[in-house]
Amino acid sequence: MTEGWTVSRLTWRAPVLAACLCLAASLAAVAQDEAAARPSALDSLVTWMPFILKGFGLNLLMSVLAMAFATVTGVILGFMQISPLALIRVPAKLVTHLFRNSPWLVILFAIMLLVPFQITLPGGERILIPDWVKATFGFALPVMANISEILRGAVMSIPTGQWESADSLAMTRGQTLRHIILPQCIRRMMPPWMNWYALLTLMTPMAAILGVDEALGNTQAAMEAAGSRPEFLIPFYLFLMTIFFVFIYPISLYTRRLEKRFAAAS
Amino acid sequence: MLDLIAPFFERLNETTGLNFSPFYDSYDWGRLVEGMTVSVKLIAAIIALSLVIGVVGAGAQTSRLKLVRGLVAAYIEVFRNTPPIVQLLFFYFGLGAITPQVDMGGWYEPMIGSFGWAVIAIGIFGGSYNVEIFRSGVEAVPDSTKEAAESLGFSGFQIFVYVTLPLAFRICLPALTNNIISLAKTSSLAYVIAVPEITYSLSGIWSDSVNVPEMMVLLFAYYIVLVAIIARVMTMIERRLALPGYGQ
Amino acid sequence: MPRNENWTEAQPIVALHDVHKSFGTFEVLKGIDIEVMKGEVVCIIGPSGSGKSTLIRTINGLTPVSKGSVKVEGIEVHDAKLDKLALRRKVGIVFQQYNLFPHRTVLENVMMAPLLVLKENRSEVEARARTLLEKVKLRDKEDAYPAELSGGQQQRVAIARSLCMRPDVMLFDEVTAALDPETVKEVLMTIKDLATDGMTCMLVTHEMGFAREISDRVYFTDAGRIVESGPPAQIFDAPQDPRTQEFLSKVL
Repeated sequence: MTEGWTVSRLTWRAPVLAACLCLAASLAAVAQDEAAARPSALDSLVTWMPFILKGFGLNLLMSVLAMAFATVTGVILGFMQISPLALIRVPAKLVTHLFRNSPWLVILFAIMLLVPFQITLPGGERILIPDWVKATFGFALPVMANISEILRGAVMSIPTGQWESADSLAMTRGQTLRHIILPQCIRRMMPPWMNWYALLTLMTPMAAILGVDEALGNTQAAMEAAGSRPEFLIPFYLFLMTIFFVFIYPISLYTRRLEKRFAAAS
Repeated sequence: MLDLIAPFFERLNETTGLNFSPFYDSYDWGRLVEGMTVSVKLIAAIIALSLVIGVVGAGAQTSRLKLVRGLVAAYIEVFRNTPPIVQLLFFYFGLGAITPQVDMGGWYEPMIGSFGWAVIAIGIFGGSYNVEIFRSGVEAVPDSTKEAAESLGFSGFQIFVYVTLPLAFRICLPALTNNIISLAKTSSLAYVIAVPEITYSLSGIWSDSVNVPEMMVLLFAYYIVLVAIIARVMTMIERRLALPGYGQ
Repeated sequence: MPRNENWTEAQPIVALHDVHKSFGTFEVLKGIDIEVMKGEVVCIIGPSGSGKSTLIRTINGLTPVSKGSVKVEGIEVHDAKLDKLALRRKVGIVFQQYNLFPHRTVLENVMMAPLLVLKENRSEVEARARTLLEKVKLRDKEDAYPAELSGGQQQRVAIARSLCMRPDVMLFDEVTAALDPETVKEVLMTIKDLATDGMTCMLVTHEMGFAREISDRVYFTDAGRIVESGPPAQIFDAPQDPRTQEFLSKVL
């Protein structure tokens, strides 16, 4: 009963909040619309919206690719962290630790500045790596480290009785992990996994600092192209926040619902 | 200090090409120290503001006024579901453009500088998490314990100060530690509005001295040490406040 | 502190008259009348869900009544103008779940209310708290935290904590229900000592043997009403009402 209430409350809040943000953006734009001769801030915003949205497409692409990469590598790293072999376990722990405890921006800088912009294949062919691909990689690393830690935590939280009973059935360590432990972990890992996707997406505009033409970069370019007037700043940035909000908020809602359901089940 | 280590790092540069310029060049040394100092101050200010917002917000959430509760809820949702970097730019450029300028005798300075806006923006962002953390802590204090205090004649305020708060604080410490660490890392975002914290000053060094890998090592080392220190301090607090036999 | 000048010890110290209590549409108490004289020990027995706990909680105002009157020493408990503090000084309550403050030591738990609420002198309170801990045989545990104690020990601390406010009436709400069987006895002994010292006690309990041994008067409640009341010998040996007979045949 309580859950039903929470969910319905949260769901109506979403569109209302988003609408408020949009309204605030438009109001801010209209309020500053005094010089009638020039196009108003709102008109300029409408003109440049498609350009900004196109940039947002790149944010989404980067977030999806980075998440896919982070999930695969994070799971591998997580398993390495629980390996009985110190030779595998210790480096995995170090990598996890390094990328979990460094700021996104610093990791992004490291990748952008230290990874060459082109690589030479053994055949002598040269491949250019576009900046957004490097940025994607940079965003993936902290998420990878956190997924690795989430996996380790989830595996540790499975009662030892599960391992013992599988052992008594003569299952190997690999079999136990795959058929007994992992299926129980996936449920627990879903909400934090989704949280990290949301956070990752919210971090992607940092790529603008390094010249990637995503939503933030395009917003700033649009403001400049429209004449760099100070009254653009509030509506343009609010619009940008609104786009992200509209995309991320439903994900947050769904994540919270999952968390509640799992908390109630356990 | 610098005199002591300079010869070694100068030799290192000459023999291996590893250029840790802040460790022998006094100008770069100054930039490094300045960056670390500003970073630590920035982080302290951000954490302080976010904690205040967290406590006030959690209190406001228990308000009888629906409007107040709605505003707190909207604040949390907006700041947790939009990119922090855009929030920062919005505050610095958007709101910075309309805040008054102060006459400094001949020239004008904005009332709030980039450091101030970084504290405000990142503090408000971090506060949106702290509100939820404190609220869940307060909610986790059993009603029956508060009722026992009530039956002994405690006033509502006394119950909050002597029973709810000490227990809630212990309950939310682990989550608080996580958020404080995450905020310390997020403070590097202040780079975008040119706050001379560590990321900004080291990026100045690497563009002048072209020693990106070396400065990257320094930067990673700084944050890892910083996070370790914060984690250690928080664990110490947690241990000090641990109650024998309780919740283990 | 409000005092009813007209009240004398010849009148009941606790008097409930036609007390009703509803939670939503569900009526838990349907007109309760109880009178307790100073120094009396009264037990309230009855099947689960008969409203016993709600009843006892109305006496120190933890649960507001919907209708009727609850008087302690002649003062109306559910008077909106009443200073709750004065009432709570007079009436102590011990809960089923002990509800000690987990972040304070045993001694601090006992001392907290007199210091904070009554603003009494620390050394006086400390001396009194130690005496009380001696009485509940926990003097050696005064620096322990609640979670380090057994259920029975915690419950005895809870009793000492209430007593340190020097109440005139003690309420016990199923105080042994959550305890291990081996620790039930130590708590009952403590309550018995109190009763012997002349404290006015009201108990909600499932310990029939204890109720019979200790009480001056027993009330049997069912479905929000008092079905039958009288001296323990009468209630336990010659119950009049079929509902009392049925209940006793099940639990005895």
